[in-house]
Amino acid sequence: MEDLYAEYEEKLPQKLIEEIKTHVPSKISKTKLKAILEKVYLEYITGIAEPGECVGLVGAESIGEPGTQMTLNTFHFAGVSEMNVTTGLPRLIEILDGRAEISTKMMEIYLKKPYNQQPEQVKKLAESLKETLLKDITTSMSINLAETKLVIELDEKKLTDINVKPVQIAKVLEKNFKGYALKVDEASLIIKSKSKEEDISGIYKLKQKAKSVYIGGVKGIKQVLPVKRGDELIIITAGTNLKEILQLDFVDQNRVMSNDIFEIQEVLGIEAARQAVIKEVFKVIDAQGLNVDMRHIMLVADTMTMSGTVLGINRYGIVKEKPSVLARASFETPIKHIIQASITGEKDDLKSVIENVMLNQYVPIGTGLPGLITKIKKA
Amino acid sequence: MEEYLNKKVSSIEFGFMSPQFIKTMATVKIVTPELYDKEGYPVDGGLMDIRLGVIDPGLRCKTCGGKLKECIGHFGYIELARPILHIKFVSLIADMLKSTCRDCGRLLIPKQRIDTVMEELDRVEKEAGLVARRDKIKEIISTTKAIKQCPYCKAKQKAILIEKPSTFLEEEKRLSPIEIRTRLEKIPDEDVVVFGINPKAMRPEWSVLTVMPIPPVTMRPSITLESGERSEDDLTHKLGDIVRINQRLFENINAGAPEIIVEDLWDLLQYHITTFFDNEVAQLPPARHRSGQPLKTLTARINSKEGRIRNNLVGKRTNFSARTVISPDPKLKINEVGVPKIVAMKITVPERITEWNKEYLKKFVEKGPNSYPGSNYLIRPDGKRKRITDETKEQILEELQPGFIVERHLMDGDIAIFNRQPSLHRMSMMCHRVRVLPALTLRLHPAVCTPYNADFDGDEMNLHIPQTEEARAEAEILMDVQTQLISPRYGLSIIGATNDSLSGMYVLTQKNFVVPREEAIDILTAIGVEDFSALPNKKQITGRELFSTLLPEDFNFTGYTKAYKPGIDDADAVVHIKSGKLISGCMDKANLGEGQGLLLRNLHKYYGSEFALDLLGKIFNLGNEVLLRHGFSVGIADVDISEKGEAEITKNLTQAEEDVEYLIKTYREGKLEILPGRTALETLELRILEVLNKARNKTGKLVSDTANKDTDIMRMIKSGARGNLLNIAQMSACVGQQALRGGRINKGYTDRTLSVFKKGDLGYAAHGFINRGFKHGLRPYELFFMSMTGRDSMMDTALRTPKSGYLYRRLANALQDLKVEYDFTVRDASKKIVQFNYGEDGLDVSKTEGGTINVKYIIDTMEGD
Repeated sequence: MEDLYAEYEEKLPQKLIEEIKTHVPSKISKTKLKAILEKVYLEYITGIAEPGECVGLVGAESIGEPGTQMTLNTFHFAGVSEMNVTTGLPRLIEILDGRAEISTKMMEIYLKKPYNQQPEQVKKLAESLKETLLKDITTSMSINLAETKLVIELDEKKLTDINVKPVQIAKVLEKNFKGYALKVDEASLIIKSKSKEEDISGIYKLKQKAKSVYIGGVKGIKQVLPVKRGDELIIITAGTNLKEILQLDFVDQNRVMSNDIFEIQEVLGIEAARQAVIKEVFKVIDAQGLNVDMRHIMLVADTMTMSGTVLGINRYGIVKEKPSVLARASFETPIKHIIQASITGEKDDLKSVIENVMLNQYVPIGTGLPGLITKIKKA
Repeated sequence: MEEYLNKKVSSIEFGFMSPQFIKTMATVKIVTPELYDKEGYPVDGGLMDIRLGVIDPGLRCKTCGGKLKECIGHFGYIELARPILHIKFVSLIADMLKSTCRDCGRLLIPKQRIDTVMEELDRVEKEAGLVARRDKIKEIISTTKAIKQCPYCKAKQKAILIEKPSTFLEEEKRLSPIEIRTRLEKIPDEDVVVFGINPKAMRPEWSVLTVMPIPPVTMRPSITLESGERSEDDLTHKLGDIVRINQRLFENINAGAPEIIVEDLWDLLQYHITTFFDNEVAQLPPARHRSGQPLKTLTARINSKEGRIRNNLVGKRTNFSARTVISPDPKLKINEVGVPKIVAMKITVPERITEWNKEYLKKFVEKGPNSYPGSNYLIRPDGKRKRITDETKEQILEELQPGFIVERHLMDGDIAIFNRQPSLHRMSMMCHRVRVLPALTLRLHPAVCTPYNADFDGDEMNLHIPQTEEARAEAEILMDVQTQLISPRYGLSIIGATNDSLSGMYVLTQKNFVVPREEAIDILTAIGVEDFSALPNKKQITGRELFSTLLPEDFNFTGYTKAYKPGIDDADAVVHIKSGKLISGCMDKANLGEGQGLLLRNLHKYYGSEFALDLLGKIFNLGNEVLLRHGFSVGIADVDISEKGEAEITKNLTQAEEDVEYLIKTYREGKLEILPGRTALETLELRILEVLNKARNKTGKLVSDTANKDTDIMRMIKSGARGNLLNIAQMSACVGQQALRGGRINKGYTDRTLSVFKKGDLGYAAHGFINRGFKHGLRPYELFFMSMTGRDSMMDTALRTPKSGYLYRRLANALQDLKVEYDFTVRDASKKIVQFNYGEDGLDVSKTEGGTINVKYIIDTMEGD
């Protein structure tokens, strides 16, 4: 049996062989298996895309056409327990544009085995991830005008929640504000300038700065939400920080997901970014109840990432990289490209589709691709 | 035989025209702004000089001797009195002035560094291409600007400022274009390369114009108005200004006029030449017509969607096409298109006369242009076109001989390409066979509405008739409706039964549906089946038997109906076809709908596209015929609910309303448990929404439980033809929450949505929850809330269309060059590999079954043997 499979390993994609293995009844004669494999192989080769097939355009159509059916509604709403995430057309545009800053960053953090069962434990872990700023753990911040000092009242309940003592916070603040004297008085901190003369605007600026002093948690994680997925609990976060989350030991590194493609590119590399593009695009299309084959999405993701960095599908990304002057000019800002071409003395070899359309020549795709060579009889 | 020359442009090189080149290329030197003399004849040396080409019928070009449309036009030139900066190169000139020595013209980088810089540039280009090289150049140039002393001649450098758009200042003192030109001249070729200039294509000083090319008149034709007056093109106006000011400048210089006057004229000339190239330069007022509208000059001609490139070069226009309103005709075949006779008599198909078809084509000529099927034109072998009229046809008949081409009227069976915009996918343009019909609309089979996304509320469609044998062959083989049945988007049939046809098929294939034999035969005849041998020899024929007569005898299939739920054992929820007999299950959307299920896909796969297309047409019409004979209607009573159900629904809604009140109460008391990361009010809104949504869903369920299942409205829902349970619930019980921007309605007056409510009312009714059905009628404020969401969704659609259109354009532009190569890799235009194997397995989606090869089916059928 195995040698039969091995024989077809070369001819058939791995996925099909796996599928045959799962569906074939366990007691099957060798000849019959051979016949099945041969039949599948026959169907496979007849189903292969022919040379010259303009798979790019078909892919663009397959993603562009359902795009017209998508809703613009920015926020998806699935009840109280989920977070608001950009979906639909705006999200699709965002992904394909290759934007570095996306509108709603989000992570799905899966936890390792013992940590992902008790709701209490997960909630605690989630809280520990959340970025805590000074303003999150204070009850009030007031400026004492008479003595030009800043009085910060800490919220003791929250302090015990995150297990931090006021002294520790004072230390952090000391590091941040050099030149200021700090006094800890139980749950309140008093900050005063060391130099005698400090005007009120200075103290006011200090207050603004103090609000966003980083105290604990993971930077960039704005919100956390434990959610049940299947038979385990996971943490959904608003805001991302893949690099630091991956270093936490209770996190299942293999399943953690961020929706920020650029972050993934930086932390995990271009192949991971490609996979992320595929996954995110598919998620958007699937959520709209539309049916688009994976191959089209893969092709888009591959063109976006083939240069080694994520390029957007716009005049600053993929179109800029095109070798042909006329192809670039026909997209956007034609004058700019023609001027640039005149300076460098560029040569357009007319290898792509659109220049040949301009010149009324056969396009090098599909039936325009092959040529015939024949001997001409001399009369 | 004609001789065919097959020339092909293999490449286009871009470059900058040198003054020398401009003069050599030109045929005339333009010296006067006058256009015509007293007789209206173009002036020699004027802008309409007939050596520049001709635009008047009757005249001959003095350069090439061609007549109108033969002569493509020739360039002229003018000698500029003083040099002028080319506006499009100002930023390049600025870069060069700032980075080169003001004395010796060398780049402000020491010799040895230039070499390393050049090496780096070449390396970058090799690694990352031309674009990266350009970016690198920008980087290098920005560093040299700060250098204060020339490393070669040690001359001190002065700061240079541009005063936009085209004035250069060197420490307060203005640099005249003459000075700029002399400085640029000094830059040696080897330094020029650092600026990204190819010395073979361009010298820096050429960007300061001393001569200017005058475009041929053929690209700026004048229009003769009805009054006989001539109206010149915008470009001619602009050129007139340039020539006039240039002449004045010449005269003033020669007359030794004061420097101020010369400078003023010089600036004016600069303005005119700048606006000639680009009339939308940021800091300049655009040149205008006397009427006040801005002139359309060179840049505006090329740029944008209406510009030369996108409108004329990439977009083409065709003849032999028609466009009118469409209407349905189920009696057509799916791959036919009904063409009005009036259209068929205007659009023609060329046919070449040979020995064998001479008699056949003669008949068309005999009929003439006014009776159908006739012919409109005759083309002689020398290319002369002759109109066939009732008067000339006798004479033309006599001269007919092999080699002539007759343009005959469109006839049944001719090949046509049918299209509906927006052409979003390849199924938006398919090849149909012509059927010439009376009346004035284009007719199509309702089954092809799906791929075209057409309806009949006034939609128009286009029809194109291919004129050559190659075009016809390609249309037939690649674009025929039957070749497009399987969508390349998801690998399933895109054409299926819809609307009434689906309802009909559902009704027909119900378990207990029977028709008398006579009626069965009547139906089969109506859908075009003439062989009744497949019909069982019985008096009463079940619907399933009737349907089975359409299927091939050896067809086996197992699938699921729409009603199938995994785990629930319902034999009738599984579609079972054995040896071409439908044994269990009914035909609904899950099997006959577009983009659903494998039934249609398998029929296509195992019996071919021709068969599938024919079968589809029959199935489609079968459904309609059944409805036609058995009736199908919907009334308000269909959504009535029993009293018991009504009571339950009311109870459910009251409960929800109480829950909302309770939530509001706890919120007001400050006892509401706040969700993480939200304010109390946000939490309240979310909780209320949750409660109300639950209530609506429960109502829906109650309705579906209690509603009368034996109504046509329910059959429509169950078959998947139209509507869903929610629609019924909305009609009979509860419309539900009107959502705006993902929340309840909160807009309107201060603290309230409408003035009929109290301020601060947080209740369900005041924020758009409608607790009754459409059947009961809406209260005024409820109607208002509904219109709010209605408007919102209208805006949504209006904003979405251009956005998704742009996304699609970008996608298509980025991916259009990708194709499968002979080695089965996917590569772009520069042969860079994008994928080693298309989609990782090389399969063409439109040749798969929903994206895969159905291994299970293969194994199951092989097992059966």
